[in-house]
Amino acid sequence: MNWSEFFHMGGYAFFVWTSYAITFAVMLANIILPIVQRKKVIARIKRSIKREQIEQNREST
Amino acid sequence: MLKAYYHLLIRDLRLALRSRHELANPLIFFVLVVTLFPLAVTPTPDALQTMAPGVIWVSALLAVLLSLDRLFKLDYEDGSLDQLMLSPNPLMILVLAKVTAHWFLTGLPLVIIAPLLGIFMSLPAEAVIVLIYSLLLGTPVLSLVGAIGVSLTVAVNRGGVLLSLIILPLYIPILIFGANAVDVAADGLPVTGQLLFLGAVLALALSLAPLATSVALRITASR
Amino acid sequence: MWHWIQRFSSPKHFYGMSAPLIKWFSVSALLLGVYGLYLGLFVAPTDYQQGESYRIIFIHVPAAWMSMFVYMVMAVSSGIGIIWQIRLADMVAAASAPIGASFAFVALVTGSLWGKPMWGAYWVWDARLTSELILLFLYLGYMALQSAIEDQRSADKASGLLAIVGVVNIPIIHYSVEWWNTLHQGATVTKFDKPSMHIDMLIPLLLMAVAFKLFYAALVLVRTRNEALYRDRNRRWVRELVERL
Repeated sequence: MNWSEFFHMGGYAFFVWTSYAITFAVMLANIILPIVQRKKVIARIKRSIKREQIEQNREST
Repeated sequence: MLKAYYHLLIRDLRLALRSRHELANPLIFFVLVVTLFPLAVTPTPDALQTMAPGVIWVSALLAVLLSLDRLFKLDYEDGSLDQLMLSPNPLMILVLAKVTAHWFLTGLPLVIIAPLLGIFMSLPAEAVIVLIYSLLLGTPVLSLVGAIGVSLTVAVNRGGVLLSLIILPLYIPILIFGANAVDVAADGLPVTGQLLFLGAVLALALSLAPLATSVALRITASR
Repeated sequence: MWHWIQRFSSPKHFYGMSAPLIKWFSVSALLLGVYGLYLGLFVAPTDYQQGESYRIIFIHVPAAWMSMFVYMVMAVSSGIGIIWQIRLADMVAAASAPIGASFAFVALVTGSLWGKPMWGAYWVWDARLTSELILLFLYLGYMALQSAIEDQRSADKASGLLAIVGVVNIPIIHYSVEWWNTLHQGATVTKFDKPSMHIDMLIPLLLMAVAFKLFYAALVLVRTRNEALYRDRNRRWVRELVERL
């Protein structure tokens, strides 16, 4: 079996490769989204820690 | 316990009868939606007859869905729901009373007006009778399952679309069997199987839905 | 025993424990997935009825299986969360929903792309596709309810209860859709049904199914960690942890 035959998929290339492409896109999104979400959550917690420290300093002075 | 059920049922019916115009709204909605279809598609009797079971059932489903809001919303807002949850009677029984009242006020009127719509949609007489039976068995399930959805969304502001999103998928079996019973009856075939299925689902909903609703109320409505 | 479960299921303990697991799950999912795809795309023979188009099966069927499996996980962990008040279980349920929904979506899209050459149309009201669509709606309803209720605790419990109600309903929905489909079956001939499958097709299919499961396991851990961080954002362990990052 050669490569062009492989990509041709016996005439079903569009259906097979679109299926695989969409599946990989969804899987990739599934990987990226939680990582982005994690960064956002950590940034948010860091911000609130900083804010609290500033408030504490203000109270103590 | 029976006494509590009875008293709550009477109270809800009395309260609803005080605002009669509001009571008629789901009914008018039901008739109106069904009327739209001959106008939108075609008024030929043959075509109407094929559409009729589905159209009438979908409209009934939407009419019940729109009326579900008043099942717990007012009681939640004026605080009487909290009173109910504090009462020594099992919450399940009280939920059942409220659902019964809801069915008397929306489901039953739909069943009564359905023959008129059957005539509108040129259904044969046997099919109209089956339509009444199927609605009689199906609408209580719509109220019971709907009660779960309302109790989950009672604390959400503008929960109308959310309610339909979570409830409509659960209504699908009733829709399939209800509409099919009428469809099959219009062809003059026996419909015992479909009606038995609707009855079985009613029994299941009657035993499980009040429990789920009372758990849901304890989760969402406690302040 | 009870004490042990409580300690074990604390978000803090989970957070520490899950990091190596994520690594293991994702690496093995990748390896199995690549091997399964190799077998499925290069080694497995051409189907005598469907030609090469059947190769969609290696992603369609695992995705459909996973969409149901994840819903079960969601319902079971919601039940644990409601009955035993274990917060970690609620987090797992909330983290599973978007993953399960995306599996259902993949199953629908690949199913319809498979249907076009088989049935001549992208969408046919086939019993399995219809059930899958309803399952996607159930996921969307769960996620909508989860995000609509502001108070985190009651959002978890309410959407958890919805997941359980959904699980009770799924067999009824499935049965009624199957029954509805057999009535209206004229144009659709289900070619997905195969009495027996060639072993060279079955092995990559099972490999892909396991790979999908491991992939889900890794994803749900990552998402549950995020939920744990977010929900415990005012607790000390999260504060200390974030400051070290």
